[in-house]
Amino acid sequence: MNPDNTDKKSCAGSPGDIRELAKLISKIENDRHGCQQILSDIYKENLGTTVIGVTGPPGSGKSSLTDRLIKEYRVLGKRVGVIAVDPSSPFSGGAILGDRIRMSDHATDPDVFIRSMASRGSLGGLAPAAIDVVNLMKSTGFDVVIIETVGVGQSEVDVVSLADTVLLVLVPGMGDDVQAMKAGIMEIADIFVVNKADKDGKEKLVAELKMIVELNRNKMERVPPIIETVAIENKGTSLIMESLKERGSWIDEKLPVIRKKKMLDQLKHMSIDRIGADIFAILDEKGIFQKWTQELDQGSSNPYKAVSELIAKLKIEWSGQ
Amino acid sequence: MSSKIRVLIAKPGLDGHDRGAKFVARALRDAGMEVIYTGLRQTPESIANTAIQEDVDAVGMSILSGAHNTLLPKVVQLLKEKGADNILVFGGGVIPESDIPYLKEHGVKAVFTPGTPSEEFVSFIKENVKKNES
Ligand SMILES: Nc1nc2c(ncn2[C@@H]2O[C@H](COP(=O)(O)OP(=O)(O)OP(=O)(O)O)[C@@H](O)[C@H]2O)c(=O)[nH]1
Ligand SMILES: [Mg+2]
Repeated sequence: MNPDNTDKKSCAGSPGDIRELAKLISKIENDRHGCQQILSDIYKENLGTTVIGVTGPPGSGKSSLTDRLIKEYRVLGKRVGVIAVDPSSPFSGGAILGDRIRMSDHATDPDVFIRSMASRGSLGGLAPAAIDVVNLMKSTGFDVVIIETVGVGQSEVDVVSLADTVLLVLVPGMGDDVQAMKAGIMEIADIFVVNKADKDGKEKLVAELKMIVELNRNKMERVPPIIETVAIENKGTSLIMESLKERGSWIDEKLPVIRKKKMLDQLKHMSIDRIGADIFAILDEKGIFQKWTQELDQGSSNPYKAVSELIAKLKIEWSGQ
Repeated sequence: MSSKIRVLIAKPGLDGHDRGAKFVARALRDAGMEVIYTGLRQTPESIANTAIQEDVDAVGMSILSGAHNTLLPKVVQLLKEKGADNILVFGGGVIPESDIPYLKEHGVKAVFTPGTPSEEFVSFIKENVKKNES
């Protein structure tokens, strides 16, 4: 296929070809709203694709584990896509994306596609384009899509709306962090991975996780297993695979309910994002921001008032339809 | 709508030092670029594949082992075979002046020897990537 067929400016291309898929992802990253048409055209709720989220604190071994999971799935003959998200620098807007360092064994495997993404504007969260890229990969015949994000709050929560199964990767010696994460931790993790189990403090972390699980047992549909791993020695990976398999059959039963909820979550994400962008563009066009700035400057308005007035106006327009 | 320049910084060959590569990576990040860093001991094949999957605008390779005359042209050739010869290839590390003409003849667009101020390679990438886009 001739890559020059793809117009650099417009959002088109046939994502079946690796180079075109890669270019399409860039276009989505650079202008996702301009890519709505193609995303909508190829959108398939492909039930055959397993989406796994791998999240957890910096340096906990997410990429090393992802590398191992890729290996396991390749042995099963699965085609694997990986999206590895790292934060953008808030100062320069640039980023160093280093997750591939741990996955270099797969660089020449034609059935493994790895893409590094910077979080760009989103506040510590998931790259906004990640949802689109997951959908793109689902529609282009990947059996498994693994998405790695650094868990610094919001991204852990965001990844849940994308993945069928979320692995929360923790390491010994982070007792206080677990305490701090406790509030949302049960909602996030489908499987707890205690990586670096070769290090001191493993027992303490496992005990704490067990306690959290016990305290929440009756609130949960399914009790998340706690799995100890040493990613660099490939210990425990097969236990994760077993767990994923078990959860897979459970999901198959629950599928209609789970997918519906996740789809709704995605829809909310997307609409907030899209509505925000579109309304901002309109406000900008109509000079509303300038007007607001003036009013705030003169003291004749305040942010609460300005936003309330805007919402009131939107509601009138809406009911007028 | 913000297009970011994406650059792959790779270490082909067998030498085990990546101080230079990391310095370049940080300078490019600080200039607002997205830098994909692959770590040590990459083969030309894996570098070319990675460049394509990551849809980078440029590939920079740091070589200290002396194997630059084989490794750099090999990556250029592989990119060409894969229909990705619009990707800018540059090199760095310990490369004698006398080898630079040979490398340029073989598609390496620039060679930066140790001590090159970061402004120099930052502006080289910015200027040449823009040219490719238009
Ligand atoms: N001792 C030990 N080290 C490990 C283990 N797993 C990973 N590491 C090391 O921990 C470091 C970080 O591993 P990564 O896989 O890059 O961790 P990560 O969570 O992807 O890191 P970020 O993406 O930067 O947040 C590396 O030096 C790994 O070699 C393990 O099970 N035991
Ligand atoms: Mg990582």
